[in-house]
Amino acid sequence: MSQPAAPNPSAEPIIELRNVTMRFRHQTVLRDVSLQVHRGQTLCIIGESGCGKTVMLKLIIGLLAPTEGSVWFAGRNLAGLNARELVEVRLRFGFLFQMAALFDSLTVYDNVAFGLREHHLAEEKAIGDIVIERLREVGLPPEVQHKKPAELSGGQRKRVGLARALAIGPEVMLYDEPTTGLDPIMSDVINELILRTQQTMKTTGVVVTHDMKTVSKVADRVVMLYPLPRLRGGESQMLYDGPPGPIENDPDPRVRQFVRGEAGERLLELATQRAAREEATSPR
Amino acid sequence: MAIAATTAPAANEPPATPIHRLGEQVFDAVSEIGDVASFSVQTIVWIFRKRARWSVLTPIFYAIGVNSVSVVAITGTFIGMVLAVQAYHQFNMMGLATRLGSVINISIVRELGPVLAATMLAGRVGSSMAAELGTMRVTEQVDALAALGVNPIYYLVVPRFLACVLLIPLLTLMADFMGVIGGAVVSTQIMKIDSFAYWKHTRDFVESLDIFAGVFKSYFFGSAIALISCHRGFNSRAGAEGVGRAATEAFVVSFIAILFLDFLIGMGWNTLYRSLWPQSGTLI
Repeated sequence: MSQPAAPNPSAEPIIELRNVTMRFRHQTVLRDVSLQVHRGQTLCIIGESGCGKTVMLKLIIGLLAPTEGSVWFAGRNLAGLNARELVEVRLRFGFLFQMAALFDSLTVYDNVAFGLREHHLAEEKAIGDIVIERLREVGLPPEVQHKKPAELSGGQRKRVGLARALAIGPEVMLYDEPTTGLDPIMSDVINELILRTQQTMKTTGVVVTHDMKTVSKVADRVVMLYPLPRLRGGESQMLYDGPPGPIENDPDPRVRQFVRGEAGERLLELATQRAAREEATSPR
Repeated sequence: MAIAATTAPAANEPPATPIHRLGEQVFDAVSEIGDVASFSVQTIVWIFRKRARWSVLTPIFYAIGVNSVSVVAITGTFIGMVLAVQAYHQFNMMGLATRLGSVINISIVRELGPVLAATMLAGRVGSSMAAELGTMRVTEQVDALAALGVNPIYYLVVPRFLACVLLIPLLTLMADFMGVIGGAVVSTQIMKIDSFAYWKHTRDFVESLDIFAGVFKSYFFGSAIALISCHRGFNSRAGAEGVGRAATEAFVVSFIAILFLDFLIGMGWNTLYRSLWPQSGTLI
């Protein structure tokens, strides 16, 4: 089985978040988060649901703008880019969405060809070849190109989503929970495809996941985010930032509990809530 | 455009007082108006900034225009027929049955044709657009477009806006025509009004400007339906309930906008008409 590529710490950061805070009305999702991703690196961002992992991905590609702080790509602040420059930056990214986000009204072929056609990146004949090649790379036969997304299984949709993201030849791949909702076999197939993509296309990768198998297979660096309401005062939201190996024995019990999938103090919280409810409803 | 955070945790906030809540409601209302205005301006800008492709326009024009013909035609026919049935006895008692044509047809081309065609479009197409775009929003297809460097307003809203604005005059004329036919059939074939007199009075009373006034209004109705429905869809909340609510709101708000615009344009047109031809009656 393939192993993740060794990180290159001397490489320049291609993505940088500087003191980013993200707020949606009354909800603060990210607070003062700083992060650098180096060229060629595969970073896995892990953490509980609602801790801001997906928001971080959308900040990186400029789908969301930070409330405070700045996001940089290849030395350029995204906030300083005009619409055309932002499109140019986005074309250097590939984004695999959590549920693949295939365009329902288009066939698989049209989905994969979408970016190439919209930006006139190739002639129609060449686009056809690219589509077939990308579908083949993700393990799908050419016959699938005529199907609509609704006719595909979850794993096939993810693979078409990956083919669409790869079609424009991105430098950076962003994966939002790539194995969520898939069976263990298909999850492993997707993990293998991510790994192969990083190796063959030499892309930088940012993978948001809570699947530790994905982490152990593809990551050469792991960042663990923690939901803000659960943090103790003044604590950093990033509980862990380092290689995947030592994470299981991290001194912070919250990191260990997440990695091992243990409920920990949550069980105590549930019991306390239940006791409080019973006390409130019991006759005096 | 507001971007919904669906998974963000709530931060610790002090409890809101009634003053806070009132302030929030005012803030939300002002923000909503600004948001719709910004959305409308962006749509207009994108119409001229980049030409929409025929391959995108054609299916949307077909769905909005061709598929609405039958429902608009049926509505128009029955409105003409009902008007004839309701008005015949009153006019007959006064010995003015042959004048029925002028009343039915002026009502249809000035008011009922445009308003009913727009109402049917809002019900059939507006809700459908809001539900479709809302589903695309919550399944991240709108984000996927942006991630592929394609502006969602250019790709999703502009074709729908153009289809509504360019096709609603034709649907209005269809409603007018079928209403006139429906009224004439009931009046001359069932109520046995003299056909020559019916059409003569119609010709004497209904002018081209009346038809033009109805068609002129329909452009505003079409614009309002498209912008309101697409905006509702783009700001749909997550889940089936959120999409359903967006579809309902699209129809209700569009319908109110149609009636409000009808009143506003009627007032404006009458003022203009009276200033140009002071001896005449009102036009609308």
